[in-house]
Amino acid sequence: MANTQCMTNSFKVDLFNAVHAFNATNIPAHTVATADVFKAALYTAASSLGTTTTSFTSAVTEVSGTGYTTGGVVVTFGTAPSNTTTTAFLTPSATITYTTVTLSTSFDAMLLYNNTNAGKNAVAVFTFTAQTVAAGTFSLTMPTNDASTGLLRLA
Amino acid sequence: MITTTKGLMDEALLDKREGTIDNDNETTTWIEYWLGGELVHRSAHVQLKRAVVTFGETAEF
Repeated sequence: MANTQCMTNSFKVDLFNAVHAFNATNIPAHTVATADVFKAALYTAASSLGTTTTSFTSAVTEVSGTGYTTGGVVVTFGTAPSNTTTTAFLTPSATITYTTVTLSTSFDAMLLYNNTNAGKNAVAVFTFTAQTVAAGTFSLTMPTNDASTGLLRLA
Repeated sequence: MITTTKGLMDEALLDKREGTIDNDNETTTWIEYWLGGELVHRSAHVQLKRAVVTFGETAEF
């Protein structure tokens, strides 16, 4: 088994249904009044997250350990989705940080999901070299938010 | 002072090890502190490089 970096299949359907509101700017009046809360959860290297992952609740191999809260941490989308000609892009506006945690089981994936949505719908899976943490900090720093490096892109 | 599995410890008492992983997907740095042969602190910082992209298409009638 392995985790695969991807935008989930269900997220693409969610886009047609206007399920997610990443930022308070330009939210359609027929959906919600405020932006949703998104979270980032970490998963063990023995997991199988990928395009068919549909939600946080369906992914059962989340890490556990001292200082880590089930469900992960809140992801900040302080910058509204934007576009440059043909490519729309969106990137969290702050580093995702898990402070003073001990995660002894090797992990290599982060699931970004909508925590406001009742189904806790999955957005994307991001992978990295397997890590452990001992009484330390794990952080995920974001790339530049533009059409060529933005974390989530629709081209 | 360093946060460790044994509480706060003086950095001078610990063996410090650092490393970097750099590839197309990420730049990761990690730091470890060892006491004797025991790992008492490990932190890792990942700089993501690779986005997820999906492509929109329209069909013709």
